[in-house]
Amino acid sequence: MRTVYLDNNATTKIADEVRDAMMPFLTDLWGNPSSMHTFGGQVKKYIEAAREQVAALIGAADPQEITFTSCGSESNNLAIRGGAEAMDKPPHIITSKVEHAAVSGPCHYLEDRGFRLTKIDVDQLGRLDLDALRREVKTSKTLTSIMWANNETGVIFPVGLIGEMVHEAGGIFHTDAVQAVGKIPMKVSSLPVDMLSLSGHKLHAPKGIGAIYIRRGTKVKPLVLGGHQERGRRAGTENVPYIVGLGVACALAGKHLTEENTRVKAMRDRLEQGILATCPGARVNGDPKHRLPNTTNISFDFIEGEAILLMLDDRGICTSTGSACASGSLEPSHVLRAMNVAGVSVHGSIRFSFSTYNTDEDVDAVLTELPKVVKRLRELSPFVN
Amino acid sequence: MWDYTDKVNDHFKNPRNVGKIENPDGTGEVGSLACGDALKLMFKLDDKGRIKEAKFQTFGCASAIASSSALTEMIIGKTLDEVEKITNKDIAEYLGGLPKQKVHCSVMGREALEAAIYNYRTGKKWDKELEGEVVCHCFGVTDKEIERVTRENNVQTLEALTNACKAGGGCGNCLPDLQKIIDRVHGEMGAAAVPEKKPLTNLQRIHLIEDVIDREIRPALRQDGGDLELIDVDGNTVKVRFRGACSGCVVSAITLKDVVEARLKDNVSEDIRVEEVK
Repeated sequence: MRTVYLDNNATTKIADEVRDAMMPFLTDLWGNPSSMHTFGGQVKKYIEAAREQVAALIGAADPQEITFTSCGSESNNLAIRGGAEAMDKPPHIITSKVEHAAVSGPCHYLEDRGFRLTKIDVDQLGRLDLDALRREVKTSKTLTSIMWANNETGVIFPVGLIGEMVHEAGGIFHTDAVQAVGKIPMKVSSLPVDMLSLSGHKLHAPKGIGAIYIRRGTKVKPLVLGGHQERGRRAGTENVPYIVGLGVACALAGKHLTEENTRVKAMRDRLEQGILATCPGARVNGDPKHRLPNTTNISFDFIEGEAILLMLDDRGICTSTGSACASGSLEPSHVLRAMNVAGVSVHGSIRFSFSTYNTDEDVDAVLTELPKVVKRLRELSPFVN
Repeated sequence: MWDYTDKVNDHFKNPRNVGKIENPDGTGEVGSLACGDALKLMFKLDDKGRIKEAKFQTFGCASAIASSSALTEMIIGKTLDEVEKITNKDIAEYLGGLPKQKVHCSVMGREALEAAIYNYRTGKKWDKELEGEVVCHCFGVTDKEIERVTRENNVQTLEALTNACKAGGGCGNCLPDLQKIIDRVHGEMGAAAVPEKKPLTNLQRIHLIEDVIDREIRPALRQDGGDLELIDVDGNTVKVRFRGACSGCVVSAITLKDVVEARLKDNVSEDIRVEEVK
């Protein structure tokens, strides 16, 4: 059975080019970049080349503003915990109700230690309540962490506007851009963003590598203490093969950016329209106007997400769901709840997320199989007949 | 990813007895859209008072559908007195076990059965709120239900209670009340099941170990054609012997640590050590 992989917001295939670029560092070039000798030291320039590639993709002014980490979660922890601890006075932490756990986790950690925490609401389309944010950022000096794009719905927040509000009030602004980097064009050097997190495995690098952009002048207290690597911001011998891989993945993502917003978007749109046309009681979650080109989150009234997901899985189609049953918790997705998605459909959401490796055949496969799955589960549902 | 048994997957993908019955003798409806799962169960009796036909409709995940399907198979051909004795544990066991977070799916099955029998006997629609006071308002769970679930599943912790009937899985405001009910039920149940916090006597400890092995470990091993026998309990050391496909299996050492020891540590106490007797 052919695998139709439409769960690229969870993780992505490692690009061949990325793997090939990593191989020399897993075979011959295994030296320590901090070594004085030529054998080890020669590796350093590849790290710096990767740093330039990451900086180029997000439009950082200076590659030295990029610090390599082990993953997006570490970047978020460094920004929020390290950022808050480096400020003169404990800041008021502001975030949104729809953040990934890698942001809400460190925010709650700080709250437990006495920091004031405020979470900003979203509306039914998943758009941030900017008026509430404007009010809150003014109350005291803040560290505000708001995601660039939502992992579940793909809804894009206006980070430029948010950053301006935060800066006007003298605060610091971090954005979790794990889902946005490589999917939409960005130039952080001309945006009011102090810190930005990204993750390798969301853009065709392997798992276990991430990076954080820290604007020159922004103070961050390191979480990992020890050696002088990464200019003292993150101790630990550099993960050279993965850093090289992330660099190449960023260069590739830069090349694919136009395609992402044309061919990939067209596939997403065709899938979405096809589903809405063939499955009664299907509705899209999230602001259709400001959304990642690769993501669609669709709820199916009166049927449950885990059951849909497993039936699609049985047909080789990989997706994800915000259903409570799939997560082991009893509450459905915090994102859909924050959006007040109606009770009939909040348990029945499925996320389809594309990458450049998807094809039209993938869309056809879903459009063939999904209506059958939905029909079958509706036959089982006591709320339909 | 859930570790569903083959039987759960089979009942999910090929559910038995789906649909409705014209003029049923009993109908039970439990759950709601907001709660994330719901089940409508109908049955018809033959002239000897045995269930000759049972049908269901379920909104819910794979294990909710599988539990409903299994329930219909379990009750067909039985009298109401017989089916009244079916507990949620029986449903879970029929399916070769359910992941612990999914135990509530089997409870929903048992509740629907109860509701259908009530409907048959009284002609009225079962309303669980008439049978007790709602304690968990997020999921509408009554004290009576919590007591029953605690008793039938030997629930020891709040987490296990939430897994079994959802109570406490929402806002969490009712957690202190739930703890009181768990404590009270265990008080009433006496020595057989004492809450984890109190030290167990040796006898209680052995009973609990036996119970965990029978309820949680053996069904899992049987899925792969294996089995296990409890040989001895010596202080914190539990001695077991593998049977069937497990004996001589190259990964039995891993099974011993990651399955047998881990489940016992979770359910009995952290200092349990498991040894294999060849």
